[in-house]
Amino acid sequence: MRLATPEKTVTFTFDGQRIKGVPGEPVSAALLAAGIKLVARSFKYHRPRGIMSAGSEEQNALVTVGRGTAQEPNVRATTLEVSEGLEVFSQNAWPSLKHDVMAVNDLVSPFLAAGFYYKTFMWPRSFWEKLYEPIIRRAAGLGALSGESNQDTYEKAFAFCDVLVIGAGPAGLMAALTAGRAGADVVLADEDTAMGGRLLREREDVDGKPAADWVVEALAELEAMPNVRLMTRTTVTGAYDQGTYGALGRIAGGRAAGKPLECFWRIVAKRAVLCAGALERPIAFPNNDRPGVMLASGVRAYVNRWGVAPGKAVAVFGNNDDAHRTARDLAAAGVKVAAVIDSRDDAKVEGDFPLYTGAEVIATKGRHALESITIKTGNGTRVIRCDCLAVSGGWNPTVHLTCHMNGRPTWDVGIASFVPTPESIPGMVTAGACNGAFSTAACLNEGAEVAAGVVADLGLAAEIKTPSADDAAYAIQPLWAVEGKGRKWIDFQNDVHVKDVRLAAQENFRSVEHMKRYTTQGMAPDQGKSSNVVALAVLADATGRGIPETGTTTFRPPYVPVSIAVMGAGSQGKGFAPERFTTSHSASVDRGAPMIEAGLWYRPSYFPKEGESHWRQSCDREVGYVREAVGICDVSTLGKIDIQGPDAAALLDFVYTNGFSTLKVGRVRYGLMLREDGHVMDDGTTARLGETHFVMTTTTAAAGLVMRHLEYVLQAIRPDLDAQVISVTEQWAQFAVAGPKSRELLNTVLDQPITDEDWPFMACGAVSVGGVAGRLFRISFSGEHAYEVAVPSRYGESLFRQLVAQAEVMGGGPYGMEALNVLRIEKGFITHAEIHGRTTAFDIGMERMVSAKKDCIGKAAAARPGLLGESRQQLVGLKSKGVDHALSAGAHLFDKGASHSRVNSKGYVTSVCYSPTIGTHLGLGFLENGRARHGEVIVLRDHLRNITEEVEVCDPVFFDQDGGRARG
Amino acid sequence: MASLIALTPCAGLLPLTIGAITVTEVVPQALTSVAPFKGHKKAVSEALKAKVGAGLPALNRRSGAVTWFGHGVWMVAGAVSVEGAAVTDQSDAWAVVEIKGAGVEDVLARLVPVDLRASVFKKGHVAKTMLAHLSVTVVRTGADSFEITTMRSMSKTLLHDLEVAMRGVAARG
Amino acid sequence: MRIDCPNCGERDRREFYYQGDAVVLNRPSEDAGAQAWDDYLHNRANPAGETRDLWFHEGGCRAWLVVERNTMTHAVHAATLAEKVKR
Ligand SMILES: [Zn+2]
Repeated sequence: MRLATPEKTVTFTFDGQRIKGVPGEPVSAALLAAGIKLVARSFKYHRPRGIMSAGSEEQNALVTVGRGTAQEPNVRATTLEVSEGLEVFSQNAWPSLKHDVMAVNDLVSPFLAAGFYYKTFMWPRSFWEKLYEPIIRRAAGLGALSGESNQDTYEKAFAFCDVLVIGAGPAGLMAALTAGRAGADVVLADEDTAMGGRLLREREDVDGKPAADWVVEALAELEAMPNVRLMTRTTVTGAYDQGTYGALGRIAGGRAAGKPLECFWRIVAKRAVLCAGALERPIAFPNNDRPGVMLASGVRAYVNRWGVAPGKAVAVFGNNDDAHRTARDLAAAGVKVAAVIDSRDDAKVEGDFPLYTGAEVIATKGRHALESITIKTGNGTRVIRCDCLAVSGGWNPTVHLTCHMNGRPTWDVGIASFVPTPESIPGMVTAGACNGAFSTAACLNEGAEVAAGVVADLGLAAEIKTPSADDAAYAIQPLWAVEGKGRKWIDFQNDVHVKDVRLAAQENFRSVEHMKRYTTQGMAPDQGKSSNVVALAVLADATGRGIPETGTTTFRPPYVPVSIAVMGAGSQGKGFAPERFTTSHSASVDRGAPMIEAGLWYRPSYFPKEGESHWRQSCDREVGYVREAVGICDVSTLGKIDIQGPDAAALLDFVYTNGFSTLKVGRVRYGLMLREDGHVMDDGTTARLGETHFVMTTTTAAAGLVMRHLEYVLQAIRPDLDAQVISVTEQWAQFAVAGPKSRELLNTVLDQPITDEDWPFMACGAVSVGGVAGRLFRISFSGEHAYEVAVPSRYGESLFRQLVAQAEVMGGGPYGMEALNVLRIEKGFITHAEIHGRTTAFDIGMERMVSAKKDCIGKAAAARPGLLGESRQQLVGLKSKGVDHALSAGAHLFDKGASHSRVNSKGYVTSVCYSPTIGTHLGLGFLENGRARHGEVIVLRDHLRNITEEVEVCDPVFFDQDGGRARG
Repeated sequence: MASLIALTPCAGLLPLTIGAITVTEVVPQALTSVAPFKGHKKAVSEALKAKVGAGLPALNRRSGAVTWFGHGVWMVAGAVSVEGAAVTDQSDAWAVVEIKGAGVEDVLARLVPVDLRASVFKKGHVAKTMLAHLSVTVVRTGADSFEITTMRSMSKTLLHDLEVAMRGVAARG
Repeated sequence: MRIDCPNCGERDRREFYYQGDAVVLNRPSEDAGAQAWDDYLHNRANPAGETRDLWFHEGGCRAWLVVERNTMTHAVHAATLAEKVKR
């Protein structure tokens, strides 16, 4: 029921029913205004539930918003803003909220007590997966996902400040004003749609005017300060190391306005002031979950801030003076107060309503909503008709963030709750209600004083100026649970009640942590925000201990649920990983080449031609280009590192197993690089361009790794070496020109023709390509007479197109990764399929490349007995029986006759291909003592693909073993 | 003989304007990295001053044509050769863009984990940092403009990430 | 977590690559023997408290750093350029 007629309304739907809301208010306010009490079904027992609170701590009123790609489950109706056309649905009920068949769970509830699943569904084990779990999953739960891909956008962002003020109630506003006036760089974050906290919800004065008016003035002053940033709708969700805070920002307007839905902030603050306020706690009394039973502070918020009366006749039940405010505010707003029930014998309150002191609520009635309560007083029981019961069990300071770095809060007897332990988060201080200071005046004072201390730390001077405000004392007499027939709910979101906690104690789960896991208390989306303290108190009582002896409560981030979508913001689609494109990319795509990922790079798999229906046809043809004519391949993705300095050669000697100081200028040498543990890191060629100038080539896969390794060696291991390393991978577009006609082709593009005499195998030097300064290397990864020609990247696409056009004239063309792989396997050249991190120089037959004349990275470890010798699995070639006998990479190798079991495995296959050159399938692999077994026939077995083949073990170089073709 | 056509790293991709922000490609005539050898920093700085009018600036700073580019290395806008340093032609290695317009800090705050607000990060300040997944060099070039440099091969990803952030900021109006 | 890079200033953890214990700065000689190399390569203390690790500012200036921090409190005490560390 609305207390006044609103000026402007929007229409949304709840389970299809059209409902009017006032812009700015939460869906919960509009539902209450429409008289809707039943909003949800509970997690486990499907009990009818209503709206409890007016904030992010809401336990019951979880709803689903939108449908299809925009469907979002488990949204709290209390923080969901109404908007035109919004579609809201109840969840966890079927066929409807009012007639939920799973409510049968509630009738069999004695069997579903805490620990029920652990005890019941134990045997037989196979039943768990197939029977029990699916049934339980269907029965219990919250909202569902649509199964469709989320189309909304989310953001991540970074912010920095001197002082982060968390919460904009009286303490937070004063803290921000004080720090801001002192000139500090301030961020003030508050999760509400408007700043002011309780000052927007309570009827009281600040500085002699209505609190809400004072808030308007304070905000106007803050907004005018260029050094203050106000972030509404932003919940600080976590406190992390070195002053980093996570915060979830909800963006006003969101989807409908084409805006991102949410933004996840990382706020880095030199100091933080936590002014998160306090959360009212419920009292556990029989059937305290009936729709219409609410928190007193929630009732006041709806009445005072949103002008909505949650009921026609409201009763108030509390154990502290604060509860009486509720009765006064309701009366002032013209809402009938049915009764005030105070558990304290000496409670005093005046007003035009019946007061019952020393009394408790022992029962509630009403099918889908509250109709009456039964109270017990010194004079017996009494039934009171009411459709809303406002409950206050006292206040729990919102200590959550102070627990995020292992801090444990301290029990405060005076307020019967936990307060933050100082210095729980380095750089963060606490002020106001979250610190246990509950009156408005105390909050304003603490906010100002604490902020003044913080800015003084930062070298600024602050003036403390606090407005006058209400300073009523907070008087409370703890009341946790009321005895009586029926379940007394503690954790509404996970359906945990007093008896569950007592059962845990009875079964000897006496520590808080054990009790939580046994009962699941505190494990719902709200993480026990409102239930932890009551549960702890009930456990303390059940185990006959005091609360501090029983334990404490702690909270982990995030303070409110954070969607995976916003955590992954920016990583959707193309944002997932960078894409690296070579200069020839569009030329390859133009030719219809499927592009495959090679690390972050995209490289052509093969270049299909008309009439080819299978990649193997293209691949075989491309291999033929290189073996018989000339092929062109973009090899720019290989790492290129420029190494210069007086000690450049010494650096190479140290990082490669073989020597480079002896390399002549104008020559290239193959190098093998080990990790310090003796295993192979990478290999490649290094060219000496000048006396103190080299350019190193790495594999595509290890380019980043090798660059980091060289910097590591220079900075951490050998800072004595005077050399500089710079990546030039991106500077040069480099193309392999490979095949018998490669020189002939190059001479069509080079400004000065080259000869075999001037450019022997492993020569390098400067060339001119169409007037552009380039580099030429006579190296070969195919075993053919071949070159790699490099030009500055701006010319890459142009040169590639011209090389390919010339190659085609000569009966060749471009070749892709598939052909490149065949060509290198035919020659037994290794890649990271072979040097996969567990192979040594010995394993690949290169132990003689570890120079005895000098130290190098990995040398000492490579000489370890276990890394050498017959027991090692050594690189071998594997030849299949013929074209119909394809091999399989990843398969294991067995002796003939041995069973194909793990213990008999003698090795494995790393690379396979069909070789059009040799006319059969080839493989590379590692075989125990393999070099001594050439000529033997063994068995290849792939259990995954169900392939068994006999293969002949041979030298890994299948083709042109003396290397005459490359040198010639 | 070949006849080679040059393409810039962002050829065909820029300019891009969304809301109040525009991204354009910056095409330096040449870029040369200069990494002094041990004991040569001062001499290299003086030599550069004579050649390009600016010596080696302090860490995290740009001075004229010379920009600090990481641990022990500076980037010179222009072709230059000096003794006592590893001098490497980088003219084709980098994609350089300028992003300019009101609210440009809000766009970058969605991508870069460094405080780039004008009160902290002033004109000529340099940050070697990350933009989403990319390694970048960010330089403030004016009150509402920054220069961003990343590896040439990743220019599309840079522009994609900038575009997403620009749309998010522009949608807020 | 934030690390104060001696070159770049305080930066978010995401910019850094973690290597491991800074004992790797003290590389044994080639002929130091199996025990010394075993210790250098494989044997690590796992202290609850003060640690000294090697980090790499890969997403920044590309300096290798020795970072002293506390694994219990998460405090980061110092970051020093590896090339400047006495060994
Ligand atoms: Zn750094």
